[in-house]
Amino acid sequence: MARILEKTRLSESVYRMKLEAPLIAKGRKAGQFIILRTDAEWGERIPLTIADADPARGSIDIVFQTVGVTTKRLSAMEVGDRLADLTGPLGRPTEITDYGTASRRGWVVVVGGGIGVAPAHPIAQAFKAAGNRVTVIMGARTRELVIMEDEMRRAADEVIIVTDDGSYGRKALVTAPLAECCERAERPDEVVVVGPPVMMKFAAAATKPFGVKTIASLNSIMIDGTGMCGGCRVTVGGETKFVCVDGPEFDAHQVDFDGFIRRGGTFRREEAAHKCRSGLFGGGEGSK
Amino acid sequence: MTAKEKLAIPPQPMPEQEPAVRARNMEEVALGYTAEMAKREASRCLNCPTHPCVEGCPVKIRIPEFLAAAAEGDFARALAVIRESSLLPAVCGRVCPQEKQCQKYCTVGKLLKDASKAVAIGRVERYAADNAEHPAAAPSPRRGRKHVAVIGSGPASITCAADCARAGHGVTVFEAFHRAGGVLVYGIPEFRLPKRIVDREIENLKAMGVKIVRDFVVGRTAALPELARRFDAVFIGVGAGLPRFMGVPGEELIGVFSANEYLTRANLMKAYREGEAATPFWHGRRVAVFGGGNVAMDAARTALRLGAENVSVIYRRGAKEMPARAEEVRHAREEGVVFRTQENAKRIIGDADGKVCAVECLKYELGEPDQSGRRSPVAVPGSEFTLPADTVIVAVGNGSNPLISATAPELAVDRKGRIVVDEATRMTSMPGVFAGGDIVLGAATVIMAMGEGRRAAAGIDAYLKSKSGGG
Repeated sequence: MARILEKTRLSESVYRMKLEAPLIAKGRKAGQFIILRTDAEWGERIPLTIADADPARGSIDIVFQTVGVTTKRLSAMEVGDRLADLTGPLGRPTEITDYGTASRRGWVVVVGGGIGVAPAHPIAQAFKAAGNRVTVIMGARTRELVIMEDEMRRAADEVIIVTDDGSYGRKALVTAPLAECCERAERPDEVVVVGPPVMMKFAAAATKPFGVKTIASLNSIMIDGTGMCGGCRVTVGGETKFVCVDGPEFDAHQVDFDGFIRRGGTFRREEAAHKCRSGLFGGGEGSK
Repeated sequence: MTAKEKLAIPPQPMPEQEPAVRARNMEEVALGYTAEMAKREASRCLNCPTHPCVEGCPVKIRIPEFLAAAAEGDFARALAVIRESSLLPAVCGRVCPQEKQCQKYCTVGKLLKDASKAVAIGRVERYAADNAEHPAAAPSPRRGRKHVAVIGSGPASITCAADCARAGHGVTVFEAFHRAGGVLVYGIPEFRLPKRIVDREIENLKAMGVKIVRDFVVGRTAALPELARRFDAVFIGVGAGLPRFMGVPGEELIGVFSANEYLTRANLMKAYREGEAATPFWHGRRVAVFGGGNVAMDAARTALRLGAENVSVIYRRGAKEMPARAEEVRHAREEGVVFRTQENAKRIIGDADGKVCAVECLKYELGEPDQSGRRSPVAVPGSEFTLPADTVIVAVGNGSNPLISATAPELAVDRKGRIVVDEATRMTSMPGVFAGGDIVLGAATVIMAMGEGRRAAAGIDAYLKSKSGGG
């Protein structure tokens, strides 16, 4: 199982893969994720979001950035190779609401930062399919890192692209167009943000003054993805929640992002050491 | 041999790795008896007429019978007797709390007025399981076309799957993780239960014709009602599996782990093999473990083995109330774990980077016995003190995982989320769906879970027969 059917390099460090996963393709819903391992003996379990699925072909698409040992190994695998393990779909699906009324269509703004655009894609599709008007705000550091633009244009009614350096689209952070959306006469019925924790923190702060319902999709440290380890815990509205079974989506105005960002760095030192050993940062393979 | 002569045989001590050595390696601590030691220990059994030990065994192994065979050196027969009642003797010989079960009631211990001098039933069981030849598992002949789904692959599920296969039913086990064995592979460390022993039991299951599907999360990959439609019967043996935290300030700090996470990283993900395993591990120097059960002992001893300089186990009741196996407590103490009883955390203190640097604790007094029969701990006002720590491991038990029940509203659960079953048949509120182990009992032991799996398998077999009988 879990054969790699297609592999595309989207940028220097971002890849897209189509994986054979008939059960997941059939059952997955927007907002859910998978856990995979590349190596049967020593592999690590990493959570990755689902960018798209084709139930007829029995495949799912994942998009990942080579940031750690496992994503690096994954990027070195080729079409035809098999993953050691693939589990899912995990997490609760996005709550999809049709906000439309007799007089107007509902309006949902979906914000994707970096590779957060990938999981934002099925969420935008689902809100659109439910009947809402969907605006997508895509943010990237630079032009080269803008991904899935064509698919997003097909999925959404309106696409706003921003880059940090202005090399493509507007030179801004996602928070600028997001705040502008909230300032329009008719405010968005809901905002969903997916991306780096710091981006989600500021996106939540941007919508808060307007009282616009804002949902953040969190990607945290996790082992099993079934509620067993508690590594993914996050404080939401003063309560401890598990991202894997209670989430991954939470009320962004209630999430303790500072705590979440800190916990995300738990293994930074260990991972840096591992990357050196595995040659990710130029240490060279076998430089243990 | 007369009873008097038998009582004069000294209990055979278990050969063990030296504490100072083993505290720094992951190899098994207890090395196992020699054949001679196993025979001598078994010959201490008086074969007393009431055999109270059998009553003390949750699965009613005919203990005097297997000990008699072992005393004669016929370990194959000893093992055959054990296997009639217990599917996992190599596991249970190692992890059962014998001093609270069979050995607690042993007449030899009573006569010698010292329960620790009871016949070491578990150690003889382990010797037989590890060393005796027993017939290789063969495919169980199918009778009929019934097929049973077993959810989870821990002790309750392994037992239920094996019994259902023996009864002639097709069996498919669904495991959420990438490796089968449940708590035996993610929780109990290598130095207490080598993984090869669990793997052997899983291989036995496969040899019997049981199909094992890994990476399949019931409640997500497929919902319970779907499995209930596709299979003739379902057994839920998923364990408790939702770690409890203490509910004190600071549990979100970096360096605070549930014992489940800490042990899963070290065991299942093999993070103890630094440089080979891709899963990162947290190497604490000063480790504070909260809890007094086997899981707390496992976490504390794992921390030592992975380089901690000092490890404390902090437990709010007294040493006598500790639920851990006596041997685990002794081993931990010998290895240098410091026990701090009648103390508990008030809050966890972090540094400027959000990392744990200390725990503020309170001292406790023991009051009146509570519902569990143990004296309830009461905090002493004003007794606060600070314990430096860079790692906190919380081992205060597990709640019920809601993953399955959340996708099956017709499945009745109690206030604590435990699945409600019929006392006699072990069937849940859903027809044809059975449950057992920690998801029904709350936290229990490997052997109790096994007993549950066995009772549920009997219930399943009766249910399937009644169904085919009725048309």
